[in-house]
Amino acid sequence: MEVFLQQLINGITLGSIYGLIAIGYTMVFGIIGMVNFAHGDVFMVSAFIALIAFLILTSWLGLTSIALALFIVLIVAMLFTSLVNWVIERLAYRPLRGSFRLAPLISAIGMSIFLSNFVQVAQGPRNKSTPPMVQGEFVIFTQNNYAVTLSFKQLIIWGVTAMLLACFWYLVAKTRLGRAQRACEQDQKMAALVGVDVDRTISMTFVIAAALAAVAGTMYLMYYGVVSFSDGFVPGVKAFTAAVLGGIGSLPGAVIGGLLIGLIETMWSAYFSIDYKDVAAFSVLAITLIFLPQGLFGRPDVEKV
Amino acid sequence: MEGGAQDRRVDIVRALRDAGVTALIAFGLFLPLIGLQTVTDIRNDLILTTRWPLLFAITAIVGAGRLAYSFGFEPWLNRRALRPVPVAPSAWRSFVAKWFVPFAIGFVIAYPVIVIALNGFSGSVKWIDNFGIQILIYVMLGWGLNIVVGLAGLLDLGYVAFYAVGAYSYALLAKTFGFSFWILLPMAGTLASFWGILLGFPVLRLRGDYLAIVTLAFGEIIRIVIINWVDLTNGYAGISGIPRPTFFGIPFNANEDGFAAVFGLEFSPLYRVIFLYYLILALALLTAFVTVRLRRLPVGRAWEALREDEIACRSLGINTTNTKLTAFAMGAMFAGFAGSFFAARQGFISPESFTFLESATILSIVVLGGMGSQIGVAIAAIVMIGGTEIMRELDFLKQIFGPTFDPTQYRMLLFGLAMVLIMIWRPRGLIATRAPSVFLKERKSISVDLVKEGHG
Repeated sequence: MEVFLQQLINGITLGSIYGLIAIGYTMVFGIIGMVNFAHGDVFMVSAFIALIAFLILTSWLGLTSIALALFIVLIVAMLFTSLVNWVIERLAYRPLRGSFRLAPLISAIGMSIFLSNFVQVAQGPRNKSTPPMVQGEFVIFTQNNYAVTLSFKQLIIWGVTAMLLACFWYLVAKTRLGRAQRACEQDQKMAALVGVDVDRTISMTFVIAAALAAVAGTMYLMYYGVVSFSDGFVPGVKAFTAAVLGGIGSLPGAVIGGLLIGLIETMWSAYFSIDYKDVAAFSVLAITLIFLPQGLFGRPDVEKV
Repeated sequence: MEGGAQDRRVDIVRALRDAGVTALIAFGLFLPLIGLQTVTDIRNDLILTTRWPLLFAITAIVGAGRLAYSFGFEPWLNRRALRPVPVAPSAWRSFVAKWFVPFAIGFVIAYPVIVIALNGFSGSVKWIDNFGIQILIYVMLGWGLNIVVGLAGLLDLGYVAFYAVGAYSYALLAKTFGFSFWILLPMAGTLASFWGILLGFPVLRLRGDYLAIVTLAFGEIIRIVIINWVDLTNGYAGISGIPRPTFFGIPFNANEDGFAAVFGLEFSPLYRVIFLYYLILALALLTAFVTVRLRRLPVGRAWEALREDEIACRSLGINTTNTKLTAFAMGAMFAGFAGSFFAARQGFISPESFTFLESATILSIVVLGGMGSQIGVAIAAIVMIGGTEIMRELDFLKQIFGPTFDPTQYRMLLFGLAMVLIMIWRPRGLIATRAPSVFLKERKSISVDLVKEGHG
């Protein structure tokens, strides 16, 4: 029971991170129907940007308030990562829009290889670890000498994720941009005819996706305290799994899928085998796609002749 | 003329503004990751160092590049867009098309001889091994995957799993039971194709990107199992001391019964390399030959029909299940052959050789070459693999950029960049024509833009 509760807390934390990345996949897939393979690496890049911003703030500027530092790091990471993703969309995906279906996928795989190797060359191949940013924890209860704890950093992750999801929901549901996005998702040609700037909307989609990935990257860095150039691939695939599980194209689905994947992974590690935890996530992906291709909240894909 | 000059001036202003904006964006883009570097200092703490000169140099290069684009490349593109499209291919082109394949086959057969003639005996190992064999392995893998992706239109991102199955089958069976390479080669192929069917079966209903992701998942699962099943595969440490293939029972070593001694030659490691070169060449040509013949069989035609339109296929009574499974099995079989060759050549295998990056490389070779085009796949393999291998040879760059400059670490960086650029340049791949396998009076190649394709 107490182990289960602890794993539940850990799983939700991990799941929040996956959910934030998964939104990026699901939004891009929804609007231009492409699996943005480089999204996991954009997440990794954002973690590096967060790391650098954190180092500037603490070691150069001597900022002592960690809360303020984290807040600034979050904003900086979101800004720069958005710029990165905006440029990627402009250079690598936009010229291929409307072209052969596999072309954007290959371009995205190329971009993914490029990004991880770029970071390796520019920042060095070693793991970058920071001293713990946030320490301390609540002890929820103790049973059989096993203390179920909720650390402050987990609490921060929950809080920030919830807050940003609320902002994001507002953006998609209530603003002009969100309406334009939903319109492009349904029918790009028609949206263009009624005066939606499709190119700009797609660019903004990439920017928002990157901003959420940057939140995930910052949280990841804060939670684990270590990041390396190769850290993009596996979280990327797991977040994609989350998006598929939730129903690709569905935004609440991505979040719930992310939480489920996080829970499945931590529970699997706790009760079965930690070596095979990635197998668990990948199996979920395969099983979902085979038996429930439209996911939990997705619209069934009706094939028209 | 007055108007033209006017346009020209406006152009310059616009070009300068674009270049400025681009440079500004590049500055923002590279500010955190190139301008600043995280390094670990003596006390094992992370500290930041700055690289402002490099940052400004890159910003200036990007700005200048944008300027050059506006002045040189863009007008050229516009002029080219206005040029009429030639209806019939030029005489030179059809000449090349006609003689390319015989010439290419002749060249690859003569390649070791040419290399030895140019570099002498001792300097040739590198060129035959790193370039010849390495490229041919990818040509073979590309041709094998071409059956699945190019002909049947099933997007497979986990192809390396079958390569791994082939390699581990050979390594384990040869080490445990001492079977020879020639017995195990077909066995590895069979086992790999068995896995192809096994993994192909559950994903039959999926198409396109979904299929790609599930095959990716399967590929990763197999790799994770190889890593963690230490009793069988020795995990990360890999399997070493894998028996090498022999020349009809004559091993390539310096002993008395070795190849050199038997044929009265002076011992040289080159003989083994040349033997392996012709072995992989034969395997690759076998793959190509089988594919060419299969395209004329009912199953090959069914694959291509499936690629163009699955629903039409089903309505015409083609058993799509069997068609897809045979494609998976055939593709996996050739990967198994290539895998057992790989294990025999290296003498050592570990899970490191079978990462997702390999699958992505092979798939990109197939797509960059132009799906379905065997010549295109071969050219793409030469460009991508040869290109990254040649990066190891660019020592003169050290004289330009200083002794700490290591060109090899830029290999994969440029590889990824090349994938993006080739896709933008030719989204349909290098050879974007489609030759019909059945024709009425004459064989007419058409541009791939004219076929629907791509829902597989």
